[in-house]
This record gives sequence, C-alpha cells and structure tokens, in this order.
Amino acid sequence: MSETETTVVQLPDATQLVVSNSPHIRGGETISKIMVQVMIALLPAAIAAVWFFGLAALQVMALCTFGCMAVEVLWKKAAGQPTDSWKDGSAALTGLLLAMNLSAGAPWWICILGSLLAIGLGKQLFGGLGYNPFNPALVARVALLVGFPQLMTSWVAPQPGKWLACDALTGATPLAALKNHCSPASISDLFYGNVGGCLGETSALALLIGGAFLLSRKIIKWQVPASFIGTVALITGLAHHFNPELTPPALYHVLAGGLMIGAFFMATDMVTSPMTANGALIFGCGCGIITSVIRIWGGYPEGVSFSILFMNALTPLIDRYTIGKPFGYIRIKKEAAQ
Amino acid sequence: MSDKPRKFKGGVHPADSKALSASKPVQTAPLLGKYTVIVHQNIGASPEIVVKKGDVVKKGQLIAKAAGFVSVPLHAPTSGTVTAIEKCPGPACVSVPAIEITADGQDDWGLPFEPITDWQNTDPAVLKQRVLDAGIVGMGGAGFPSHVKLSPTKPVDTLILNGAECEPYLTADHRLMLEQTEDVLLGAAILARILGLKTAVIGVEENKPDAISKLNGVAGKYNVTVQELRVNYPQGAEKQLIYALTGREVPIGGLPMDVGCVVQNVASAVAVVEAVIKGQPSIERITTVTGEPLVNPGNWRFRIGTPVSKALELAGGVKYQPAKLLLGGPMMGFAQNSLDVTVMKNTSGILLIPAGQVSQYTSEPCIRCGRCVECCPMDILPATISQAVENERFDWAEQLNVTACIECGSCSYSCPSHRPLNQHFKRAKAEILAAKRKQQKK
Amino acid sequence: MTIILTAVLFATLLGALLALVIGVTAKAFEVETDARVETVTGMLPGVNCGGCGYAGCADFAKAIVEGRTIPSQCPVSTAVNITRIAEYLGITAGEKEKTIAVIRCGGSCAVTVRSPYNGVGDCRSAALVAGGAKGCDFGCIGFASCARACPFDAIEMRDGLAVVHPELCTGCGKCVDTCPKNLIILTPAAVDVHVYCSSPEKGAIKLKVCKTACIACRKCVKAADSETQMTVNGFLVTANYSNPPLPDLVEKAKCPTTALRLASQHAAGAYEGVSK
Repeated sequence: MSETETTVVQLPDATQLVVSNSPHIRGGETISKIMVQVMIALLPAAIAAVWFFGLAALQVMALCTFGCMAVEVLWKKAAGQPTDSWKDGSAALTGLLLAMNLSAGAPWWICILGSLLAIGLGKQLFGGLGYNPFNPALVARVALLVGFPQLMTSWVAPQPGKWLACDALTGATPLAALKNHCSPASISDLFYGNVGGCLGETSALALLIGGAFLLSRKIIKWQVPASFIGTVALITGLAHHFNPELTPPALYHVLAGGLMIGAFFMATDMVTSPMTANGALIFGCGCGIITSVIRIWGGYPEGVSFSILFMNALTPLIDRYTIGKPFGYIRIKKEAAQ
Repeated sequence: MSDKPRKFKGGVHPADSKALSASKPVQTAPLLGKYTVIVHQNIGASPEIVVKKGDVVKKGQLIAKAAGFVSVPLHAPTSGTVTAIEKCPGPACVSVPAIEITADGQDDWGLPFEPITDWQNTDPAVLKQRVLDAGIVGMGGAGFPSHVKLSPTKPVDTLILNGAECEPYLTADHRLMLEQTEDVLLGAAILARILGLKTAVIGVEENKPDAISKLNGVAGKYNVTVQELRVNYPQGAEKQLIYALTGREVPIGGLPMDVGCVVQNVASAVAVVEAVIKGQPSIERITTVTGEPLVNPGNWRFRIGTPVSKALELAGGVKYQPAKLLLGGPMMGFAQNSLDVTVMKNTSGILLIPAGQVSQYTSEPCIRCGRCVECCPMDILPATISQAVENERFDWAEQLNVTACIECGSCSYSCPSHRPLNQHFKRAKAEILAAKRKQQKK
Repeated sequence: MTIILTAVLFATLLGALLALVIGVTAKAFEVETDARVETVTGMLPGVNCGGCGYAGCADFAKAIVEGRTIPSQCPVSTAVNITRIAEYLGITAGEKEKTIAVIRCGGSCAVTVRSPYNGVGDCRSAALVAGGAKGCDFGCIGFASCARACPFDAIEMRDGLAVVHPELCTGCGKCVDTCPKNLIILTPAAVDVHVYCSSPEKGAIKLKVCKTACIACRKCVKAADSETQMTVNGFLVTANYSNPPLPDLVEKAKCPTTALRLASQHAAGAYEGVSK
C-alpha cells in the first residue's frame, strides 16, 4: 500500500470494496421493465379501444390507471410503509388491465371503486406485489360484476373513428347476444373488434399483436395462451360438431369475448400463475375447460374471468405437483434400485 | 462427435466482456521481493507445513506436504528465506495461515523432479505420482486435487479437457490455449495415458475461434478431438460440460466418474506437462487481471503468493474506484475486502467491477416470473427454495433438491427482483450439512 | 309448506345422525388426559421459548406432571410461580441457578473495521460470505439473528452490535445457536463482570480491526481479588464464572480498551465512545 505514494499507480481503496455473494453482475431485467413492457403490449388494444369507443375509453383507462396508482400510494401511506412502490409499474398495469375489463360507458365512480377493489382487496390485503393469490384486476372485475350486474353488463356499441360519440348507443356483446339467441356478429367484426364489450374484449387483432410482443420478449410463457385458447377451441369445436344448435363454431368462441385478453394478459400474470412449464400447460387447460363450460352451459355469457380466478386459486397446488426432476435425478433412482 | 456446437439445458448469456484482455499476450510477472503463500489452496485437507521461520528454501522446494489423499503438497514460488508463518487475508475474507517467503533474488531451482521425457513408455502410476508430487489442482476455480480425479474407482471411458471458460471477463485459458496449444494437447495425451485411455476431448466455447482453429491444427497428432460449445453460461461447469459433450447426466451428489468421465481444466493439463516433461511443481499460473476501472488489463503469469496489490500495479492501477474486487470470474468469484490477498493455484482472474455493473441485492418480493426456473441448469426451483430458506425451512429446501445446486448464479443473475438467491442456497446447504453432521454424532 | 317441513325434517334428521356419529367416535377414540397438565400449562409463562429443553410450555407441563422434570427447569417463570406449581402438584420445586445470555463482543460499527456488505440480512447467511465482512473474524456481525430469535425482546441492536439487556433476559438460550460466531454464552445471572471480546488472535492483530478488543494485558488479572477470578487463555482473558470477580473490578482494573465491562452498563450504552 505504501507504494501508492511513491508511484503514480493508483490502487483501489480496500475499505470501500463491497463484499457480497456471487454472482457479482446481473442481467438488466427489473420488475418495472417487465411491467412497462406489458403496458407497451397493451398499447395496440388501447388504441383499438379508443378507435372503437372514442374518448370515453381513454377516460376509463386514465381513471383506472391513475386510480390504482393513487390507491397504492395511499394504502402504503396508511400502512406506514415506503410509498415508492407505485414506481415499479405494477399498480399502473393493474389499472390498465382493469380498464380493459370495463365498458367504455362505465361511470367514473365504477373506475375508482374498481381501483380500490383491485389494489386494496386484490393486492395489498395479501401483502402487496408478489403475495396476491388472485389477479387483482380480475378480482375487481368480478366484484363489480357481482355488485353492479346492470351497470357492468350494459355495453356501448362500437362507433369506429367517432371520437366524441359517447354512450350514444348501447349494444350487447357477441356472447351475450348468443345467450339471448340474437344474431351473432360476423367473424371479421370479431377479429377487428367492431363489436360491443369491454375495452379489451373487442379487437382480437390488437391483442394478438400485443401477445406476440410479449412472447417475443419472453415476458410470458407460450404454454398458457396456447393451452388456454387450444382447449377452448377444442371443447367448443367438439360441442358445435355434435350439436350446432348448442353453440357457435370454435373460431367464434376464440375470437369473441375476453378470451384473447384473458389468455395473453390475465392468465399469464406472473404472480398468480404457475412457475413451471408443465404447470403453465395445466393452468391454461384448466382455464380453457372452465371457460368453455360456462360459455356453453353456464348462466353467464362469459367465463374467462371466473376461470382464471378459479385456476389462480389452484396455482400453488399445480406448482407443487409439477416440480420436475432435477438434472441427474433419474440416475440416482436407477442406481438405488440396483 | 458432431461438428455442431453443443450446449445444455438452461443457462444465461451475460455480456462476456472478454475483449478487455482477450488480445493481450501473457506476460511473465517480474520477481517480487516477497511472496505470501496461502497454505490451504485446494479442496480437501489443508497441507501440513514442513518449514519453519528462518528456513532457507529453494525455488520449487516442498514447503507443505499433503495431509491425506484429498490434499496436495505446496512448493516455494522462489528461492529465499521463510520470514514468517502467520495469518494473512484469505480468499474468503477470513484470515488463513500463510507462509511468507522473502526472495533472495537468485530464483534458483532446488531439487526439481527428474524430467520424464519418454512419457509414452512410462508406467501410468509413476506419472500419476508425479501429478500428486507437483501439487496440481483444478486450476479452473474449484481447486480440486487433480490426482484424485485421476484415480477413479469406476471404469472411465472419456477424458474431457475443459477449455470452455464460460465466465465473463476471464481470458486466461483462452490465451493459454492460443499460446501453448501444443502443451495443452500434450497434457491431454499424458492425462489420457494415466487413465489408460487413447483419446481425449477438449471442449471450447465458440467465442474463441482463434483458439479452436489453432487447436484443430495440431489436435490430430495427440489423438484429441476439439469440440465447439455454444456460448452459454455455465458451460464450463463440470456436469453441464459432460452433458453437452457426451449426453450423460452426472447424478446429484455424484462425480463425473459415475458416468465414466474425467474432467480436467486446460491449465491443469499444462501444469501436468510442466511437472512431467520439465520436472517443475505447480508454482505459477496464468491469471487474467481485468475490469473496466483498470488502466491496462491483461493476462499475466504469476507465481503463487503474489499479492493482488502487486498484480493491480502491473495492470497500471485503476482509473477510478471500483465497487468490487473479485478473485475469479464475476459469476462465481469471491468478493475481496483486502488487497493483501495473494494469488493461489486456482485464481483464474483478478477482476475489478465498476459500481454501475455491480449487482445490488435488494430483496424485492418474488413476482414468480419463473426466470430462475427457466435458466437453472440443474432444473431445480430457485424461487421456491429461496422462500423456504427465508422461512428457515431447510427440510423443504432439501426436499426441493437444493443440494443439487452448483451455485452457478444464473438464477440471481436473471432475477428481476434482485433477490440474493445464491446466498440462500449456500445457507441452506450449510444448514443441511450441519444437521447431517449433528445426526451422525448422535 | 310441505317443502319447508321436508327441509326442516331432513335437516333435523341429518343433524341427529351426525351428532350420533361424532359422539360414538369421540367415545371410541377417547384419549385419557390428565387435567393437571392443562392447569400447569396455564401457570407457565406460555411463550414456548424452549429454554427448559421441551417443545413448548404444554410439553414441559406434561413432563412435570409425569415427574420427568422439576418446575424450576423453566428459566422464565418467577420463583413465586414455580413455587405455586410445585405446591399445586405437591412436589418440590427444586432449584436452578438463574442464567442470562452474554454476547461476548463490544465491536459496534464505531469501533471496528467493516467492509460494505450487500446481501441477505441474516448473520448466518452473511457469515458464509466473507465471514460477515467484518475486519475481526470473531466479532458480532450485527444482522440481528439473535435479536429476532429472542422471545423476550431482550436483545437490542445498537450501532451494529447485539446487546443483551440483563433485566429482560431470562436465560432461555434461544439465541445461543443463532450466532454463527458462537459469541453467546449463558452465564450465572449474579455475575455482572464480563470480557466483551472473544477473538483468540494476537493483540496487535485485534487492535488493527477493533478498538475495544481484549489485548490480554492482564491488568484485570492483577487487579482482581484473586488471580483465579480471571482466566487467561492465550491472547484472551475471560471471567472465571465458577469463581466470578466482583463488579468493582471494572473500576479497579481500568481496562485500556474497555473490553472488561459490567453487563448492566454495557446494556445502557455506558461504554459507547469510551473506547475510541
């Protein structure tokens, strides 16, 4: 050390060297980056919602997003915890997802109440990010659906490109129309989103773009949407094949309602879905079965949110029973048997 | 062997940062006035010191003898006087016994071993004894005594040379393969003879094309196959390397010989050549001194016992204060809090990391993203295990096969919540071992 | 109307049937319990610290009633309570010396050399990485594993040093195993003088990293009423707990590094800043 004075060579100051366990470098991934990417993936759907439902959709989205962030901060403040957790973006994402689950005609207080339910009941009550067993946005949606069935099932009919046209017309969702034996929407309308429903329930195309983005960024596991949509297609397809009166073809089911947003954005929520690849497959299949059963035989026109919530509850169990064998495990067993 | 690069399941892709030192030829560090040789440099029993303060030693003279089978002897890095046998900062930031040798400047070899030039016709047992006598250990990082690996109790059909060097920043093995290509291959041939094998495989990550083509040029002469490996950390981990090259899975808690393999580091192979052909014990190694804060990163041939402060001086010192000083690579190396720690036989790198790149552990809650599960090369569930450890449920952790963990750090590397997963596993393993010992005592 | 009647009838029948099943099962699988066990459990402190060596207060109560142990084995109960239990059961309370825990280190952040550490905030995890990043390999790391284990909140973390409050400590020993540096020992409660250092290193090495280390100068040994009151062990002096020194030794010895301290004053922070 004395040499540092006599030569120009400068050595590091040993007292400032941090000690920690390995590894000493880390990939750039952070929670907020993941959340922001999911929000980016929702952007096409959000734009589609504004295109079809006008500025009213924008208002719902803004109210829910900022409502959720506000609830997060207030809750943390009331609990005496650091209030900077809104910065990780999870509250904003929950808000945006909640908005995607509401109608463009939802009054402002529904948005705020929904935010309170999502962040308060769905997330913070269980201990905050990472500890919530159920998808917060879906908790809020289902609570609102049960609490205000009239409000939550009156939809604004799409008016593409008419920005200021708000609550001009009311229309039923394609699935509700089916339940009431009305004439269903065309497949192309379903694909592009020219149908009534929640903000995020309409345009399958926009949701597919977002889903593809998430898959390419490896934010979500392909197993969940693939098995979810696949199962719904299979069951409804079979049902239609044997009894066309009972239900429309599989393609109609895949494109209509909340299946796309559910499969790509809600069921893939990291906190509430299984971690293992096999678990994700089982999770998706379970969601698909419940959704199909509710849609075909149930009292509600739509079953995606119920199915995801139900499978959320099963997630710990699925995780537990899908633990794979570690590398080098098979041999131990073989050798033990010998 | 197919020509396609091979890989294993899982793994991560950290920025390799090897460009800092990859093109710098190995320089031999000048003779120092004083060397502080840490006694316990190997996995297994610490060697017994056979010199005392005031003894005059020659270069290469035995200063500590192997204590038991899993132990290796230690030799003086230069000629001079033993001036102290005291504790000095060790690689784990805890003081360890060390032998301080003040050089006389002569640097003359004492009684090096008899060179065995006709190794093809020498009894393998004699060669193996030479590997033990020369104190050769796994120079890739772990420091496992080489002669133990060369004494398999199960039939072995494959000798693998590990030239993957998957750790970011490190280029010591790369330079070695480039500059001492023939020595590496000759070492492989000698090791193969000791094991009674005709051939050997050397696995090299494909980010070292110059080394691969150079190896390929002469490999045929020594009956060695060169296999390219996909760039994927931890490709150089023994079990992953074996899987990539042979498709065999080493059982949990097992050794490579359980699947008929022996893995040796390329630097160890060169040390074997020096011990057999030149009759020199293992007293020096090539170490990469690197990191962005350094003025002049590069690769040096250091004698064991060289203080890190001297190594950093050779590299021109630092431009600014680094956040961490590491022995080894950034993924598995050990953080140091002293510049007085010295180079050991398994010090593959001396690395300074600037504050911007250092991983800060903050333990945000797990969001169950499953990134750790995806990248775990051992196929265990890091997230679940870390939660078990946080709740002090080591029995759960054991059920979840935490003991299979190779501590490669891929999980902590990829965790978006910055959780110190690797440290949790270290704790769990320590607790499980302690509990087992307690039970055995009963 | 008939529907209601059917429902009521059905519910009543079902209830009666289930009650019968439960009643029969309860009789058939009845486990004999001693009522005294519950009473004794009620008289114990109920913190389940395990200081008695049994798995909680109920287990200990069972052991007392069965005569496997004596009430005074509970380190937490007051003497009055122990006597009450003994009287209730008609057995002798027995006697057990009261002990308290002593954490043999005085190295707070202010007086020791430490490196910045980043990782799990638990002593046993930190000890695996760089020995806790402290200059002294034998000192308190200061991540409060013992304080978290203490059921009585008797251990306070002050400036990176765990300090036992003797008046709160019951000597249950729960903290002892949590210390990776084995700093915690149980000492007789009557002894107030302790050497707050446990490093066996040479004095010069210790002083490099800690200002309050015991440097084995033996001032305390000479100042003690009898030399056997302090034990010298290499480069470390400890109080001889079988022949303990009197509290005035601290005054008399004038320990140059203040490693020799009174437990009561150590807890009150009387030596903070002195050793600088």
